[in-house]
Amino acid sequence: MAETKKISNGDPMQMQCTEHANKMSLLQMVMVVFSSAATAVAAPAPPMSPTNIFAPVSTPAKSIFDLSLFVLAITAVIFAVVFTLLIYSIVKFRATSGDAGREPPQVYGSNQIELAWTVVPVLVVVVLFLATARVIHAVQDAPKPATAVEVTAIGHQFWWEFRYPKLGIVTANELHIPVSDPARPTPTFLKLLSADTDHSFWVPQLAGKTDLIPNRVNEMWMDPNRTGVFLGQCAQYCGTQHAKMLLRVSVDSRDDFDAWVRAQQQPAAQDETVTAGRRIFETTACINCHMISGTAADGRFGPDLTHLMSRQTIASGAAENTTENLRLWVQNPDAIKPGSLMPAMKLNDADLDALVRYLGTLR
Amino acid sequence: MSAITTPLPATPEAWTLPYRGKVGMTCLIIAESAIFTIFVVAYLFYVGKSLTGPTPREVLEVPIFFTICLLSSSLTIHFAGKFLERDKRGAFLAFWLLTIVLGGLFLFGTGREWHRLIYEHGLTISTNLFGTTYYSLVGLHAFHVTAGLVMLCIVLIFGLAGRVGPDQSRRVEVLSLYWHFVDGVWVVVFTVVYVLGR
Amino acid sequence: MSADAMAVPNVRVEGRPWVEILHEWVTTVDHKRLGILYILYALIFLVIGGLEATIIRIQLMRPHNDFVSPQVFNRMFTMHGTTMIFFVAVPVLFGFANYLVPLMIGARDMAFPRLNAFAFWLTALGGLLLYFSFLGGNGLYGAGNAPDVGWWAYSPLTARAFAPGHSSDYWTIAVLVAGFGTIGAAINLIATILCMRCPGMHLGRMPLLAWLNLVMSGMVLIAITPLSAAQIMLLIDRYLGGHFFDTQAGGSASLWMHFFWIFGHPEVYILIIPCFAFMSEIVPVFSRKPIFGYPVMVGATVCIAFVSMSVWAHHMFTIGMSSYANSFFTITSMVVGIPTGIKIFNWLGTMWGGKIQFKTPMLFCIGFLFQFLIAGLTGIMLASAPFDWQLSLSYFVVAHFHYVIVGGILFALFAAFYYWYPKITGRMLSESLGKLHFWLFVIGFHMTFDVMHIPGLLGMPRRIYTYEPGRGWDTMNLIITIGAFIQGVAVLVFVWNLVVSYWKGDKAGNDPWDAWTLEWSVSSPPPAYNFASIPTVASRRPLWDLKHPEDPDSHYE
Repeated sequence: MAETKKISNGDPMQMQCTEHANKMSLLQMVMVVFSSAATAVAAPAPPMSPTNIFAPVSTPAKSIFDLSLFVLAITAVIFAVVFTLLIYSIVKFRATSGDAGREPPQVYGSNQIELAWTVVPVLVVVVLFLATARVIHAVQDAPKPATAVEVTAIGHQFWWEFRYPKLGIVTANELHIPVSDPARPTPTFLKLLSADTDHSFWVPQLAGKTDLIPNRVNEMWMDPNRTGVFLGQCAQYCGTQHAKMLLRVSVDSRDDFDAWVRAQQQPAAQDETVTAGRRIFETTACINCHMISGTAADGRFGPDLTHLMSRQTIASGAAENTTENLRLWVQNPDAIKPGSLMPAMKLNDADLDALVRYLGTLR
Repeated sequence: MSAITTPLPATPEAWTLPYRGKVGMTCLIIAESAIFTIFVVAYLFYVGKSLTGPTPREVLEVPIFFTICLLSSSLTIHFAGKFLERDKRGAFLAFWLLTIVLGGLFLFGTGREWHRLIYEHGLTISTNLFGTTYYSLVGLHAFHVTAGLVMLCIVLIFGLAGRVGPDQSRRVEVLSLYWHFVDGVWVVVFTVVYVLGR
Repeated sequence: MSADAMAVPNVRVEGRPWVEILHEWVTTVDHKRLGILYILYALIFLVIGGLEATIIRIQLMRPHNDFVSPQVFNRMFTMHGTTMIFFVAVPVLFGFANYLVPLMIGARDMAFPRLNAFAFWLTALGGLLLYFSFLGGNGLYGAGNAPDVGWWAYSPLTARAFAPGHSSDYWTIAVLVAGFGTIGAAINLIATILCMRCPGMHLGRMPLLAWLNLVMSGMVLIAITPLSAAQIMLLIDRYLGGHFFDTQAGGSASLWMHFFWIFGHPEVYILIIPCFAFMSEIVPVFSRKPIFGYPVMVGATVCIAFVSMSVWAHHMFTIGMSSYANSFFTITSMVVGIPTGIKIFNWLGTMWGGKIQFKTPMLFCIGFLFQFLIAGLTGIMLASAPFDWQLSLSYFVVAHFHYVIVGGILFALFAAFYYWYPKITGRMLSESLGKLHFWLFVIGFHMTFDVMHIPGLLGMPRRIYTYEPGRGWDTMNLIITIGAFIQGVAVLVFVWNLVVSYWKGDKAGNDPWDAWTLEWSVSSPPPAYNFASIPTVASRRPLWDLKHPEDPDSHYE
C-alpha cells in the first residue's frame, strides 16, 4: 500500500536521483567550516573566556571535551546531509507558473526508503551511546587514590563553605587545591552537601557541574594539570542572589598549597592594636553567624572569617576584598548583594571603622 | 476549485463507534490512576525513612471488615446495574442503596481509624514522613469515595423519584465504572499500606 | 447555498446589543467558539509573556545592569516560563484542536460540549489567578508577590521556610487548576475522536491532525497528572505541615524533581505533537502531494509518546544519580530522537517531487524544518550525559529549548494561523504582511537563539539576574537582546495582520488553498452545525476524491 504511486497528469513515473557530486563537496566544505569554528571556540582561555567549557585543564573536563568533539562531529554531518537535502528540495521542486492546475505524481510512501532512514539513525544512536557510556563510567566511577585531597563543600544561600577534614581547615568561597602531576596524581575529591536549598558547583575548566542537594551526599573530583585561578559560579537556582554565588578555585603548586594549608591551620591573628574592633565583633550579633577561631565567635550560618584577608573577594565573589568594600558590606550588604542573608549591622561610624580595622588583621 | 460540497453519502455498512460516556470515564480513570500512582510511589519511597515518630507496624490495624464492605459494594452496584437493564427498578434501588450504605460504612471505618491514630497514637499528617504519606494516600482515596457517594446519592434521589429506567442504563453503567475504579484503587492502597508498608 | 445564508449570527450582523453578543460568547459550548476563545486567550498571554522576556533581555543586555532588581528579575523568568507553557502553548494548541478536530472528522461538535466550556474556563481562571499574584501576593513584610521560584519550582526552595508569603501558592494553585482544565480538554478530545467520526472514517483514514491530537491527549492524561499530584503534595507540605519535600524531616528534594520531570518531559512532546500535526496537514497541501508515509507518521508518534515517558531524568543528569541511571537516561533520550528525526524525513519526502508553493503558511513550515532539525541535534548533545554535565543549567539549554519552542512550535503555530484563519473568519490574511512577519521573525529569531548557544558554551549559567564582565558573555548578550526586539516587532506585525485582515482581508471562500480534508468542504466560517448532512468518506483525502473522480485516493489505500 505504501508504495503505490499515482499519475494524474500523464507524466511518466520519475525516480529522483540525488546529486551525489554536489552533496559531497558541500559536505566537505561544511566539515572544514565546522572544524575551524570548533577550533576557534576551543582556544584556551583567555582571551576568549575564563569559563570556556572547551578549554579543559583537568581530566574530567578533558574527557567531556573529547566526547563533545565526537558528538559535535556526528551531529554536524547529520545537519549537513539533511540541510542539503532540504535546500535542494525547496529549490528543485518549486512550483513554476507553468504548473497551474497540474498536480505532481502522488507518492504515498516507500518501504525501502523509510527502512533505510530508520536503520541509519539507530546505528548512529548506538555509536553515540557507547562512546558516552564509556565516559560516564570513567568520570563517575573513578577510584579515589590515597594521595587525594579531600574537601567537603557545603552550599549555603548564597556562599560556599569549604572544609578540609583531614587538614583541619575551614574556609569560604575560594578553594585552594594542589596541581596534579600526571606521574604522581594528587586529585581533589569533593563531597557536596547543602545546608538549605539546591546549588550546583560549576567551574567549567575543571569539571562538569554537580549539584549540592540537601539531605544528599554527592561526589565529584578534579585533577588540574596546571596552576592558575579558575572561575565558576553556582548553576542551580537557589534564590534571590543565585547570580552572585561565585566560585574561585586557586590551583597552587605543591609548595604554595602546603604553605597555604599551614597558614590556614593557624588560629586567628591576635593583633593588640585592634582589640577595640575585636570587642565590637564579640559583643554584637556577628558571633551568632560567623566563626573566628580563638574567639567567642562560633556561628556556622555565615562564612568562617578566621583568615578573611587571605581571600581575594568577599560576599562570594560579589566584591573585591578591600577596606572600602568590607566597610560597605558590614554597613549595608544590600548595596553589594541585595537580598543576601547578611543583615545590615547598624553600627555607628566609629565602631564600624574599628571593626573593619580588626577584620583587616585576619590574614 | 472552491465550490466543493460535502461528500455524497454512500450506503455504508453499520457504523458503530464506542459509547462516548464510557470512553470519557475510562480516560478519567486513566488520569486518576496516574495521580494515585504518584502518591503510591511517594508512599513506597518513604517507607522506613521517617526520622521520628510512630511506625506503621506500631500503629496500623488492618481494616479487614471495612475493606470487605467496600469491595462487596462493587458487587452490589454491578447487580444494581443488571437489574436496571431488565427494568427491575425496585431491585435496582435496593442494591443501589446497599452500595451507598456499604460505601458509607467504609468511610465511617476510615474516620474511626483516623480518630484512633490521631488521639491515641499522636500520628498526624505533620508528625513524620509516614504520617504525611499515609494520610495523603488514604485521604485521597477517601475523597474519591466521598465524591462517588455524592454521585450515587444523586442517582438514588432521581431513582426514588421514578426518573431512572432502562434508558439511563448506559449512564448508570458509566458511574459504576467509576465506583469499580475506586474499589480497585483501594485494593492497591490496602496492599501498599497494610501489607507491604508494614 | 450561499455562505452568508448559512452563517451563524456573528459580530458582523448589525443591530444586536453588545451585551447579548458577550453573553453568547461567555456561555457558549460550541467547539468553534471555544476554540477561538482559547486562541485569543493565548495570544493575549503571548504578548504578556513576551513583555516579561523583554524585561529579562534588557536587564541582561550588559553586565551589572540595574534595569530591575534581582527580586523582580527572578519573578520575571518564573512568570515568563509559567505563562508561556501553561497559558500560551497549551491553550493555543487545544484551541486549534477544539476548532479543527470535529470539522476534520465530520462531526457536529465535541463529545462533551459543556465539559469543553468548563475546561476552557478552568484554564482561564488559572491564568487570572497566576497574574493576580502581582496584586494580591503582598503579605506581611512584602513577602509575597508574583512567584519567583522558577517555572519548575524546585523544592526545598518552595518550602515555607524559603518561600514565605503566598507567591508560591499562586503558582501552585493556578497551574493545578489549569492542569485540571487541560485534562478535561484531553478527555473530550479522545472521546470525540474515538466516538464521533463520520461513517467510513475508520482510524486509518483520519487526518493526521486527528491522530496526533489523539496521541497527545493520551499523553496529557498520564503526564499532567504527576504534576497535579506533586502540587497537591506541595500544598500539603505548605499548609498542613506535611513533609513530602521537607529535607529537614528526611524528605527528598530530588523526589520533586522526579515528579516534575515525569510531567515536564512528556509535556514538551505534548506541545510539539500538535505542531507536527500542523506540519502534516499544511506541507502536503503546499507541496501538492499526500503526506509521505502516513502509517509510519502515526507509528512514529505513538513511539514518541511511549519513549518520551522514559527520558525524564535527562533534566537531572547533574544531581548525582548513579552511572547506570545516567547511562539509561542517555540511551532513552537518544532513542526518542529516532522517531522524531524520521518525521523530518517524511516531510522532506512529501516535498520531494512536489510542486512547492511558497505561500506564508509554507514559509513557516520550511522554517520549522530547518530549526527543528537544529533543535533536535542540540538535543542529542544534551542527551549525552557527560556533555550535559557542562551544558546543563547554562544558556546552551535555554537556547536549545527556545529553538524548539519558538523555532519549532511557534513557527508551526504561525503556519497554522495563516492556513486556517481564512476558514475561521472567512477572510485571507495579507500575504505581504505575512511575508514581512516571516522574514523579520526569522532574522530576529536567529540573531537571538543562534547566538545564545555561545554564552552557554562559555560558562554562563541560567537564571542569573546579572553576570560578571570579562567572561566573554557581554557582546553576545547584547546581540541576543537586539534580536528579541526584532522578534517583538515581527509579532506586532502579525497581530496587526490578524486585526486588519478581519475587516479588510480578501474573502476566502470555502477552500482557498485547494486542500483535501473535510473542513474545506464547508463555508468559511462554518455554520454552527458544521455540516448540513454528515459526510461519508472513502479515503484519507475525501476532497481529493471529489476533485479527481478519475483517480481517487480510495483506489490506492
